[in-house]
Amino acid sequence: MDKQLTLALAGNPNSGKTTMYNALTGARQRVGNYPGVTVEHREGDARHNGQDLTIVDLPGTYSLTAYTPEELVARDYIVERRPHAVVNIVDATSLERNLYLSLQFMELGVPVVIALNMMDAVRKQGKEIDTALLSKLLGLPVVETVARTGDGKHALLEEAIRFSGEKQGQWEPLTISYGPDLDPVIHQMETVIEKHDFLTGRAPSRWVAIKFLENDEQVVKMGARQDAETTATLTKMTEDVARHCRSTLKISPESLIADYRYGYIASLMKEGVVRAVRPQARLQLSDQLDKVLTQQFMGPAIMIGILYTIFYATFTLGEIPMGWVENFFSWFSGLATSILPEGMLQSMVVDGIIGGVGGVLGFVPLIMVMFMMIAFLEDSGYMARMAYMMDRVMRAFGLHGSSVMPFIVSGGIAGGCAVPGVMATRTLRSPKEKLATVLTAPFMCCGAKVPVIILISAAFFDNSASVMFWTVIGGWVAALLVAKLLRSTVIKGESTPFVMELPPYRMPTLKGLLIHTWERAWSYIKKAGTVILGISILIWAMMTFPGLPETKVADYEAQRTTAESTLSAEGLEQRLSELNNLESQEALRYSVAGKIGTAMESVTQFAGFDWRTNIALVGGFAAKEVIVSTLGTAYSLGEVDAEETEGLSKRLAADPTWSVATAVALLVFVMLYAPCFVTVVVIARETSWKWATFSVVFNTGFAFALSVIAYQFTRAVMGG
Amino acid sequence: MAEMMSLRKMKVEQKGIIRMVTGDGELGRRIRDMGIVPNTEFMVLGKAPLKDPVAIRLRDFTLTLRNSEADFIFVDPIEG
Repeated sequence: MDKQLTLALAGNPNSGKTTMYNALTGARQRVGNYPGVTVEHREGDARHNGQDLTIVDLPGTYSLTAYTPEELVARDYIVERRPHAVVNIVDATSLERNLYLSLQFMELGVPVVIALNMMDAVRKQGKEIDTALLSKLLGLPVVETVARTGDGKHALLEEAIRFSGEKQGQWEPLTISYGPDLDPVIHQMETVIEKHDFLTGRAPSRWVAIKFLENDEQVVKMGARQDAETTATLTKMTEDVARHCRSTLKISPESLIADYRYGYIASLMKEGVVRAVRPQARLQLSDQLDKVLTQQFMGPAIMIGILYTIFYATFTLGEIPMGWVENFFSWFSGLATSILPEGMLQSMVVDGIIGGVGGVLGFVPLIMVMFMMIAFLEDSGYMARMAYMMDRVMRAFGLHGSSVMPFIVSGGIAGGCAVPGVMATRTLRSPKEKLATVLTAPFMCCGAKVPVIILISAAFFDNSASVMFWTVIGGWVAALLVAKLLRSTVIKGESTPFVMELPPYRMPTLKGLLIHTWERAWSYIKKAGTVILGISILIWAMMTFPGLPETKVADYEAQRTTAESTLSAEGLEQRLSELNNLESQEALRYSVAGKIGTAMESVTQFAGFDWRTNIALVGGFAAKEVIVSTLGTAYSLGEVDAEETEGLSKRLAADPTWSVATAVALLVFVMLYAPCFVTVVVIARETSWKWATFSVVFNTGFAFALSVIAYQFTRAVMGG
Repeated sequence: MAEMMSLRKMKVEQKGIIRMVTGDGELGRRIRDMGIVPNTEFMVLGKAPLKDPVAIRLRDFTLTLRNSEADFIFVDPIEG
């Protein structure tokens, strides 16, 4: 037994599968994506009695149809990679529904070992399960487990190793009767399939026949590629029997199959697998909690309270380690400045690399705290309740109840961040709704937009708080309306069925939370880090090159020398810093970014933006805070700290090229234009580069159109 | 069978038996995968604050679905 055994963990969502996976593999895990889809592939190693094991955590599914990427991935893995056994984690508190998936594995024929998980909860409910009987009825090993405590995990591995050794990779498909209407056809189809050796290398012939009757797109397509003629024959047989079923039973073969599967399970249950030993309390704790937590008025009120608390806690707690990371990077850039000789290399390392990467890594603590909270909500079962309560509202905009969380995290309450917001859409299992959420979440008022809003409102409006409030509301309105727009144009299509389980409330395990959080943070650091380093340097270069021509530099040098020889110490210092700032301003204007800014003036003037604003907005693509500091340089105020913008505010208010109309237009633009590139990278990870590019182009165009309207309208009204 | 009605019309805490599920394709499939098949007993547990979706208890777990999805499910209410 020196051969590595591969076990695939499968089961319904919320069955405790991931908890079991963590219990079996500990921290020795590898996470990646399945090619082409954003479904996570996890595998880890374990060792049991000297046997090395690879444990693959398949995505949680209720069934093995071809409708969701999760189900396809789970099915493909088993068919293509043929693991030595499937370890099916079953939530024993709802045995019937969980066995529906087990049955489909058994029909496929792969060796299955069942883990009856959450046995502690079953006993608490006053029920008993006859494990030996269930094992005999199903003809496979059944082991009782409690994943949270790790109870039964050794017995489970023991059985899995024994059973897969016994089977030796042999698949023995289970045959279920699908009744007098389908059984004869299935038999005929099997004959056809075997005669033509149709897909038989991959799956049992009966399984292929059933998949045809279920109109399984993937199997039919794969069949058509291999043997179009046989596919046509089988499709014809399917259509004939479908017509017959519809006319006599008023039901499609597909439905009939599901009915018979549940019928089969019901017949097993009748043998007395589950026994009630104590009468069950009418309402369990979970139901009692739901009476309050999803109540018509209290439910939403409590939800707002919980969201606000999480948000507040995240940003207060996250700020502390974020400060450490920032301090570390400012210490590091100080060190680099003192070691490296002054010049291009120093500027690139300090401003480009350390500044850029430091800015990105500064998000890590925030992401970790945020994900800890989200994981808690998810694992405890509350997230499903939020989706349940909010679905009616979100659906009106073509979204899903689960879209609320990503919006809030992104800045639905001012100060969020779209990076964890976009990552939070992973919980959304409906592809179209998820895409619409990902694309609109960056409209929310994230923390980096806040200094810009404060700067502008301090300069042009009396009541900063109300400006802030309305921009946040504006973010929501824009996100929801654009979601509606996208869902009726580029991401058109019926809404994905909601049909969702409300799992019982459970206390999450600390280990689960920590692993989950670390995984997210690490994937962010790793994947985003590489692209971001490149873009940081690119943006730095755009704002640096080409430097001022030598004559100009000499000119400033001459002015400095003049100042040094004519002015007293106090006046000199002032004059020198003035000169430095003027030189930076001119160098910025002379740079590639400056030239782009100037070139764009002819277009952006319709929104009231001059070259200075343009450069700042280009820089804002790196991170929205950069808008403030770049404006500072462009107005020759030197570097302006995003937290202390009073001087810049005054400067803008006094500037004749600025008006209230410009301010309104800029607010609109900053709220809506291209997400910062960190977000873009994350969008690409969650969807594809195609959609990430779309979000940059579309958002910028949309923002520009609206800011032109805002500018022209405000000017017309105010006569400015 | 005369009293068979759509699941949407059931009241909170009312019990019933599923008699017929019409929807096909993805929706029909997802509903059935969750165990909504004929002759299954269930109880309406509650409705969301805006009366949609609805939460039902069947086969020892809680399922939520939108009213528009409940329209494909026909049930017999159980008196009492």
